[in-house]
Amino acid sequence: MIRDITLGQYYQTESVLHGLDPRLKIIGTFLYIISLFLVRDIFGYAVAGIFLAVLIVLSHVPFKFMVRGLKGILVLLIFTGVVNVFLTPGEVLVSVWKFNITREGLKVGSRMVIRLVFLVIGSSLMTLTTTPNRLTDGLERVLKPLKRLKLPVHEMAMIMSIALGFIPILIEELDKIMKAQSARGADFESKKLSARIKSMVPILVPLFVSAFRRAGDLATAMEARCYHGGEGRTKLKPLRYRRADYIAYLVLILYFILIIAEGIIF
Amino acid sequence: MKETGDRRQGTVLCLLFVYHKKYSFKETENRPLSPHLILKSMSLIKTDKVSYEYIRRDKDGAVEGINKAVDEIDLSVEKGDFIAILGANGSGKSTLAKHFNALLYPVGGTVFVGGMDTRDEEHLWDIRQTTGMVFQNPDNQIIGTVVEEDVAFGPENMGVKSRDIWERVIRSLKSVDMFEYRKHSPSRLSGGQKQRVAIAGVLAMQPECIVLDEPTAMLDPMGRKEVIASIRELNKTFGITIILITHYMEEAVHADKVYIMDKGRIVMQGTPKQIFTNVEELRGVGLSVPKVTELAFELRRRGVDLPEGILTETELANELCRTLSEAKHRKF
Ligand SMILES: Nc1ncnc2c1ncn2[C@@H]1O[C@H](COP(=O)(O)OP(=O)(O)OP(=O)(O)O)[C@@H](O)[C@H]1O
Ligand SMILES: [Mg+2]
Repeated sequence: MIRDITLGQYYQTESVLHGLDPRLKIIGTFLYIISLFLVRDIFGYAVAGIFLAVLIVLSHVPFKFMVRGLKGILVLLIFTGVVNVFLTPGEVLVSVWKFNITREGLKVGSRMVIRLVFLVIGSSLMTLTTTPNRLTDGLERVLKPLKRLKLPVHEMAMIMSIALGFIPILIEELDKIMKAQSARGADFESKKLSARIKSMVPILVPLFVSAFRRAGDLATAMEARCYHGGEGRTKLKPLRYRRADYIAYLVLILYFILIIAEGIIF
Repeated sequence: MKETGDRRQGTVLCLLFVYHKKYSFKETENRPLSPHLILKSMSLIKTDKVSYEYIRRDKDGAVEGINKAVDEIDLSVEKGDFIAILGANGSGKSTLAKHFNALLYPVGGTVFVGGMDTRDEEHLWDIRQTTGMVFQNPDNQIIGTVVEEDVAFGPENMGVKSRDIWERVIRSLKSVDMFEYRKHSPSRLSGGQKQRVAIAGVLAMQPECIVLDEPTAMLDPMGRKEVIASIRELNKTFGITIILITHYMEEAVHADKVYIMDKGRIVMQGTPKQIFTNVEELRGVGLSVPKVTELAFELRRRGVDLPEGILTETELANELCRTLSEAKHRKF
């Protein structure tokens, strides 16, 4: 069961979006999220929505994969909606006990929910169309300026990609440990929370011990292969912008101008 | 649920890695470097009275005891050699091996790699490029999430140009017969295949020598055969110097020279034939000879007319045939 967990949430297929440079996609997602906070009215939302819809169609990723990301924040969505609908003062439409539903509340609530939905779908579109490797590569390049502030950008990207590689190994190990402990009578299915928590200890301790050992071994192996940080390091697959990327940047800029212009005009 | 699981594991690894980086800095001490020019023309690897001690500390950091893992070892490895190092658990093989590419520095004595003193910081990367290292656990030395990216890790660190990296990756993968797996995820490969990828990763750095620390210890017999075949191939066709550390006597049979370690010292050295003749002495240091040799030894002790130092099944079969036919002749 545990082994079924897939790596990241990359969806393997061929599409224009899949072929684009990860740096572009990261910057694009960032701009899109900013644009969501700039829009003020229904036209703005329409523009943002159509833009997103076009991207979804271009990505060739089945829509249900995008919606999957929403499940995780369902509670947040409902909470945001309800709080806004009931607690915004304004023209009362319906009264339920002590709470009033106001026209303004409906407006603000629905906007907040739409904004969140767009935000989540927009960012999962990035992870769905970019392999974890390219994503970390892109992140490292995009965040490079932060090195000036002494942030360990290269190291963080390295850690991320190593962590991704180790997830299947650790999962396998976890599986093994759980089986070993079940064989000794550990009870993972108990209804009682205290028993469940207790049963986690004999799993986590060996898992941590072995993870520490692995980390040590891996660091030695990396050093043996001349690893000495990001300084002077080259890449097997360096990131290179192609024509499609420049066109995409252009589209992105046009979209952003449209959003801003729309906010000023209306 | 799924996402948070992934993220949590990622964080754990981050912490581990940062922890390790912080505490794994080497303790260098201030001994003057040896003048290495004298030895430059000599062996690829030469150790001169090399000693290493692990210091055991109690929980307050006070020294509790000293564990001499390597004790005044002298050895030299020539270019193109196939060396095997054998020894019981804890005899100091891994500790010695880590001296060959400056993962550990000797407490006493000197290690020269290609004429360079390993304590010379200036040559650290040259030394690590000269002698590559393959470790025991295949899972703990694979860095990339795709085979070809893992093989590229070494050259990337060395700052090789992208186009040349590709060339090296392709050539290395081909020479261990793993080229068709270049797009695979390493976690889906068998143990033997993973070890061959690890060997390719070292090859891509174009080393003169590869040190393999029990590369087959965690493999099944099939995987063991694959890996040993690859190693022998590299030695024979590409002339790469091999230092093979192993528990399996059968793997040492093909070596040019065998060293036997016990309690941090080299207690025997010689060709496989010379070494495996001393069955009793080997048992004394907790080792056994290859199965075939042991069988021949026992037969000889029980009066069968066999020569000493039989190493392979073919040899034993031939000798047995000879004795049998001789016995027949005598009868008639
Ligand atoms: N990190 C360490 N800290 C303290 N002592 C250590 C450490 N690593 C090894 N030792 C000790 O040094 C000695 C030699 O260990 P080493 O790992 O070199 O042996 P080995 O011959 O490789 O054994 P094996 O066949 O089990 O791999 C052993 O007594 C061991 O307990
Ligand atoms: Mg060892």
